[in-house]
Amino acid sequence: MSSPQDLGNYQALTYFQLMEVSLRELLVEKGVVTEDAVNATVEDMRQRGPETGARVVARAWVDAEFKRQLLDNGTRACEALGIDVPALRLVVIENTPQVHNVIVCTLCSCYPRMLLGLPPEWYKSRNYRSRVVHEPRVVLEEFGLRIPAATAIHVHDSTADMRYMVLPMRPAGTEDWDEARLAAIVTRDSMIGVAVPNL
Amino acid sequence: MAKSDSDSESERPDGLIARGHHDMGGLPAGRVEPSEHDYAEWERRVDALMVLLSGVKGGAPRLTVDELRKNIEAIGPEAYEKMGYYERWVTSITQTMIQRGIVTTDELGRKMEQVRARQDVACKK
Amino acid sequence: MQEIAGTGQYPTRHPSVPTQFAPGDRVRVRATAPLGHIRTPFYIRGHVGMIERYCGAYPNPEELAQMRDGLPAQPLYRVRFLQSDVWPDYAGRPEDTIDIEIFQHWLERLDEGMVA
Repeated sequence: MSSPQDLGNYQALTYFQLMEVSLRELLVEKGVVTEDAVNATVEDMRQRGPETGARVVARAWVDAEFKRQLLDNGTRACEALGIDVPALRLVVIENTPQVHNVIVCTLCSCYPRMLLGLPPEWYKSRNYRSRVVHEPRVVLEEFGLRIPAATAIHVHDSTADMRYMVLPMRPAGTEDWDEARLAAIVTRDSMIGVAVPNL
Repeated sequence: MAKSDSDSESERPDGLIARGHHDMGGLPAGRVEPSEHDYAEWERRVDALMVLLSGVKGGAPRLTVDELRKNIEAIGPEAYEKMGYYERWVTSITQTMIQRGIVTTDELGRKMEQVRARQDVACKK
Repeated sequence: MQEIAGTGQYPTRHPSVPTQFAPGDRVRVRATAPLGHIRTPFYIRGHVGMIERYCGAYPNPEELAQMRDGLPAQPLYRVRFLQSDVWPDYAGRPEDTIDIEIFQHWLERLDEGMVA
């Protein structure tokens, strides 16, 4: 039930791990949460990952009406695919040959967690949060992504109640691919905007 | 005041207060390391506590994400930089529970002693 | 600047302050540095942008952070800025933009007489 077993044999809890155990046990004793609810929530978040976002992208690539709906109201479109995204107000931003989009939360780490799962460590880092708003093209190159000189870059700072996802461009050469094959090339990083799907 | 990224602003006493340490957009920083992180179970439990306490899964909200952020922002700059992401979160959630009166400092202290003692016993087995 | 997409609004059931701005309006972010929990980034204060869309009205995070209810809900907008306006040393394309969600009480209408 409690942490020591998770850490391997007999490693002392750190101060913060001690705090987590203590807080959780107090909250359970007080009836504020239950152990079952904590475990169920952990499992629920573990199931949420970029593959779900990739399905949404693949559907938008093959279905023009779905794409229109997705750009109009991201949450409603996800729900129409049977995806459960509690409390998410999703805004989907489309990459085009003229515009490449990239998402950040400079103030903390806001991310469409319910759709894409937990964010990567670098997304929460000082270096990304500080620099991508100021020099996006340089930061994208650090990820190995070179944006054509003629393409504009739009940065989106997720400061309030909306959460953002990039709809990448469908790569050439995928015209007869089915949705599953398309979804498999849509990466988490391409939905944040620091990568594009590759064949 | 429309300076966007002056490093000298953060060195003046009013700069440390006028601009929160977390409010870092546009400040100079290093190369982005595309690091991944395998979340430990205790970190996932902290995340789950936040989800449950905020009421997203139903049930009365016991905190808001805004209080969580405020309490993270209140962590001093040095600690903020040295702490891991979920270390900041568990600190903030706990502070919020104390502020809300859901747990008290005394209860927390006694529980931490209890858990530590239990663990010491387990280590000796 | 480019064509505006005026969609994506999520409705609120909270009592709200009436909206003052519409897509296309030019606005300035107030240049002030109060204390408390603030979701208007420091780097954008004092800058001029354009309303890209109305996102809906939400309880004020500044108040929610202080354990108050944040009502009436404040209108929230996505505001689009030219990067070359925001950063004196911006080294990208002139068409590059940054969109930020900003609450109405941080915005003022740009008067015609003001120099942008």
